[in-house]
Amino acid sequence: MSMAQSRRDFLGMVFGGFAAAGGLAALYAMKRTWDPLPSVMAAGFTTVDLSPMKEGELRTVTWRGKPIFILKKPPEENCNHLPDETKKRLVKIGDSEYLVMIGLCTHLGCIPTWEPEKKIFHCACHGGEYDACGVNTFGPPPRPMDIPPFKIEGTKLVLGEEGPEYKKLVGKA
Amino acid sequence: MAHFTKANSVYEWLDQRLALTKLWKVLAAEYWVPKNINFLWAMGVVLMTMFTILVISGIFLLMYYKPDTKLAFDSVNYTIMQEVWYGWLWRHMHAVAASVVFLVIYIHMLTGIYYASYKRGREMIWISGMLLFVTFSAEAFSGYMLPWGQMSYWAAQVITNLFGGIPFIGDDLVIWIRGNFYVSDPTLTRFFMLHVFLMPIIIMMLIGFHFYSLRIPHVNNQEGEEIDFDAEAEKYKAGLKKESKVIPFWPVFISKDLFVLGVFMIFYFYLVFYHYDFAMDPINFDPANPMKTPPHIYPEWYFLWSYEVLRGFFFNVGPLSAMDMGLIAFGIANIIFFFLPWFDKNDEVAPAAKRGGFFIWFWLLVADMIVLTIWGKLPPTGFNAYIGYVAAVGFLALFAALPAVTARKKGLLSLVILVTLALYIAGYLEYTKALGNGIVIIALFAIFYLLFFLNPVFVKNRGGAQ
Repeated sequence: MSMAQSRRDFLGMVFGGFAAAGGLAALYAMKRTWDPLPSVMAAGFTTVDLSPMKEGELRTVTWRGKPIFILKKPPEENCNHLPDETKKRLVKIGDSEYLVMIGLCTHLGCIPTWEPEKKIFHCACHGGEYDACGVNTFGPPPRPMDIPPFKIEGTKLVLGEEGPEYKKLVGKA
Repeated sequence: MAHFTKANSVYEWLDQRLALTKLWKVLAAEYWVPKNINFLWAMGVVLMTMFTILVISGIFLLMYYKPDTKLAFDSVNYTIMQEVWYGWLWRHMHAVAASVVFLVIYIHMLTGIYYASYKRGREMIWISGMLLFVTFSAEAFSGYMLPWGQMSYWAAQVITNLFGGIPFIGDDLVIWIRGNFYVSDPTLTRFFMLHVFLMPIIIMMLIGFHFYSLRIPHVNNQEGEEIDFDAEAEKYKAGLKKESKVIPFWPVFISKDLFVLGVFMIFYFYLVFYHYDFAMDPINFDPANPMKTPPHIYPEWYFLWSYEVLRGFFFNVGPLSAMDMGLIAFGIANIIFFFLPWFDKNDEVAPAAKRGGFFIWFWLLVADMIVLTIWGKLPPTGFNAYIGYVAAVGFLALFAALPAVTARKKGLLSLVILVTLALYIAGYLEYTKALGNGIVIIALFAIFYLLFFLNPVFVKNRGGAQ
């Protein structure tokens, strides 16, 4: 009697274990099926030549479907008002300094608009504001606009690769 | 094998094999409903009809819709709207039904709250109904993406971004949900699948479960009277129809239901033919453009209240950013109704008008949700931001106060009210920039959330009149 019972328990556990393993494998396959495809991952690089840009000009380029703001800063606007650790948001490429950041509001991902006369980025979705250095000054945005991984090649900017300048900027080096 | 005799008719032949007579009795002819109910109890049948209309009109739209970012917009706005005969009718019926279905859901929910139909054995009815609310919300959101207009796109962008607020896995989760770094083709096709297959299947199963959950506790009535359904049914079957407190679903109750449904359908088709534009945002007639955000983004009217809770917090409190607080409040707002049976500490089943302070609580909740809905559509600039804050904190405060209100604990209720008022003043000082991220606000929020989460656990049940 007890023999039969323990044999039945054993069979139950074997069956349960088998079913659980199969279920986990299926869940993993389902998770992977929803992952971005290799072609999507590979298309993640954008190269921009910055030499034709004028001082004070804002250019928007696309990288991974996101707008990237590139602002060539006039020398007098070097973000000195920021405390030391965030001052380094400027990138020196050639002789000029640039602000390179992902042009999405860090609140919920709308695209802020650059208002050149007020020198602010204004997000129309929830009223967030950023100063000319991309630092949040009003409203719900929790942090300054993000800096995308980049590499500098002469006067060219390669988005999607982590160069030494990027690592220095975000404190990874 | 069971014993079968020769059948004398097709019905009898089927009855022997499928027990049709018994099934019909169980589901309709001897399914007992209290007499003492009003038109608000017809909302279930109205919802069922609306869902059927959504499925049928959806089938016709599905035959021409193309779930591809290059084709979707034109397949809706050109093919369906201009080429397919009566394509405009299916689209307008689908869009209007999707909108009014939420109106009826809200009436249905508020009826349940007003008449206390969520407690004393009816908790599972309430929970299955709330699950339906959540799945209908997911269905509406995924469907709104399909025409691939500007509002579709940016609503998808904003809502999928919300998952980025989850600690540690947030950023990767957003990419996983979208199937790309941004909302794009894989996002559209997977939400298309959710909208036309997975969510409808889940909704149908939940509707079945919602109906089933009614069988044992039965439908509530206008006075919250406890009815002996078996005894009353016997009276009815014995011919004492006048004395009995119940009526059968078929054909008696359904005739009342169908009358209410008829009135509602006049309203519905009036909207479909003459005012379909309210469910069709003009911004959504611009094709989706990932590089250009519309100046002002807002969801459809039925999501505005929770959207306003999300953006109601406009200042940081110590380590918590405004966005984190908005996300936490939004998360709470979306699940808090599930816990209503446990936040209500009174066992008494009676209409709100007979439940003292609860009556005031109910109408404050309705008023607050209306304010949230109106301000959810306004741009959150200037004083609007402060009103949004007051209404969002007010929504949470109402739930924090509910255990004290229903258990009649005046001291505790005063405490909740005082803390809420202090939060309003602190918020105003913050709005006028008169106060930094002071320790006072942090302490106030800490007390507030403490009251919110611990209140329902520590306040004892107050037994109602048996």
